[in-house]
Amino acid sequence: MQEKRIRVLIAKPGLDGHDRGAKIIARALRDAGMEVIYTGLRQTPEMIASAAAQEDVDVIGLSILSGAHNTLAPQLMELLKQKGMSDVTVLLGGTIPEADIPNLKKAGIAEIFLPGTSTQDIVAFVRQRAAQKNP
Amino acid sequence: MTHPRKSGAPVAGDVSRQPSDRERDWEKTQLRPALEKSPERSSEFTTISGHPIRGLYTQADLAGWEPARDLGVPGAPPYTRGIHPSMYRGRLWTMRQFAGFGSAEDTNQRFRYLLAQGQTGISVAFDLPTLMGYDSDHSLAEGEVGKCGVAISSLADMEALFDQIPLGGISTSMTINSPAAILWAMYLAVAEKQGVDWNNLGGTLQNDILKEYIAQKEYIYPPKPSMRLVIDTFEFGTRHTPQFNTISISGYHIREAGSTAIQELAFTLRDAIEYVEWGIRRGLAVDDFAPRLSFFFNAHNDFFEEIAKYRAARRIWHKTMTERFGAKSPRSWTLRFHAQTAGCSLTAQQPYNNVVRTALQALAAVMGGAQSLHTNSLDEAWALPTEFAATLALRTQQILAHETGVTHTADPLGGSYFLETLTNEVERGAWDYIHKIDALGGMVSAIEQSYPQREIADAAYRYQMAVDRKEKIIVGVNEFTGEEKPIDVLQIGESVRASQTERLRKVRAERSNDEVNRRLSALRAAARGSENLMPHIYDAVKAYATLGEICAAMRDVFGAYEEVAVT
Repeated sequence: MQEKRIRVLIAKPGLDGHDRGAKIIARALRDAGMEVIYTGLRQTPEMIASAAAQEDVDVIGLSILSGAHNTLAPQLMELLKQKGMSDVTVLLGGTIPEADIPNLKKAGIAEIFLPGTSTQDIVAFVRQRAAQKNP
Repeated sequence: MTHPRKSGAPVAGDVSRQPSDRERDWEKTQLRPALEKSPERSSEFTTISGHPIRGLYTQADLAGWEPARDLGVPGAPPYTRGIHPSMYRGRLWTMRQFAGFGSAEDTNQRFRYLLAQGQTGISVAFDLPTLMGYDSDHSLAEGEVGKCGVAISSLADMEALFDQIPLGGISTSMTINSPAAILWAMYLAVAEKQGVDWNNLGGTLQNDILKEYIAQKEYIYPPKPSMRLVIDTFEFGTRHTPQFNTISISGYHIREAGSTAIQELAFTLRDAIEYVEWGIRRGLAVDDFAPRLSFFFNAHNDFFEEIAKYRAARRIWHKTMTERFGAKSPRSWTLRFHAQTAGCSLTAQQPYNNVVRTALQALAAVMGGAQSLHTNSLDEAWALPTEFAATLALRTQQILAHETGVTHTADPLGGSYFLETLTNEVERGAWDYIHKIDALGGMVSAIEQSYPQREIADAAYRYQMAVDRKEKIIVGVNEFTGEEKPIDVLQIGESVRASQTERLRKVRAERSNDEVNRRLSALRAAARGSENLMPHIYDAVKAYATLGEICAAMRDVFGAYEEVAVT
């Protein structure tokens, strides 16, 4: 029987155009055998939640380098809850001050990956969370 | 138009390398036995860009290289050794720290603080809504106001930004691209209010839209109308602001997006060629506007590769201006550049290491003959810099300028077998890309085909894989790691959006809305035709039309751009 491929949405919320990290993660997850959808730039939380529902993803990876994470990430989490999609794992990467991390986790972000994280660590984390969701 | 010479200076590899008898003998009797006893640490040594580096460079690597032609003297073609005869003995580079956060008042205070600490130029960082042409009270600005720069929505904000800073006595650089014409008009209006003659107004507008499509992605309109706006500023500046650099053609963001050094150099110079071609097509004389073109490069970790890049840049530009464009004025031939240390090299881990990285990167920029320099702060992998971190970054430049002695002589590394070879190789690599983009029909066409975007994405991925495999070491990240205490970082709250919204309300209440509507209609009409838009934008700005209103008026005519994402 063919194993179900892990489906990941890589998303760039807000006005930030710095997409180096998002594109590297997208490619690394794809090279690891996952199905990756990249939203492109300047997505509102509503657009991301809709894309996640439509694509039936297991994981959403957000990339924010503009400092808008405290506003945008909780908005997305709220929308996912409203859509009954709280089982989707949401990860965040970017320029995120340490002091902001506890509140982001409280809002439901599964993990925050800071600059310098290796792609293997992210691949491993995504695999582990997807295995929990689809045992 | 003449086609550029196929290559720059003859380089190693053009001819087969012919070592001297002495070198052959050394290799046989000394190097080989030494390697048998103790092999090298790696099977290959490459720059951070993956460019191969030999264990030794000698005269054999410079066969065909003629010092009189390819190196020359400072202040004379081909400018390999720098654009001024006396270089830093005459005048040090401008210490220009990129700064901006929160409200115009917050940033005005930081500017005045930095000037009091000995900074010699101003450089404005705008927030994302401003960069994207939205007012602070727009729904898409939520969470972004004042976060990665200062929020400027109207002339009222610009007046507050430069309060008590006499614009006649200092040059200001503004990092703004898609809405550059509007922010520049605001700056010109403030200068006029201060009574400063535009003829004496110095500064630089980034205004480099091509690299936005290629790398930083802060675009609003499609490429062709965006290019028209850029050329409008060239034309306006040529007539009204002869001391103002109307563009800073930027490799910085291309490098930050993950390019190699050669890609950074090649794409930047090919962008420059595109701007010159469009300017000439507008009917401008090349020697009238080329002297106001300026450049902006990254100063990354690989010390010699960076110095080679700056030297090769000057040589390519001189050839391009003389041979491709037939420029007659030496002021058109010289490539003047600002450098900024590599933000992407800063680590969140062990942040104090960033002070050392930044100092070494800045040293490379100085050894490479930069005219202006920004040094990053140690905390920028976490947030915008605190006052403490920004001061330390400025002090780093002052130590380089006043304590190290590297400023005492021009091009101190000139004549080094290694550096000259690397300069030749970097130049040759850049020409290859430039010819390739010529063959694709120019840069706008190459962008539409996603060519530079794909090259950069591939290079960025290759580098990340090399780091993940520990083929490239980053201290504190993939080697020499350890527990550490968090550092204090700058916090910017949400209150800026509220105060900006209130100021916008006041501006809209106090101005003549009839006049604003008239000005915006005139701008829309002009945008549909082909006249220069700068005078219309200036009139709208002076009537206190907001940034968002002016951008929207042009969006009505030009449409918005959406890229095909390359992943």
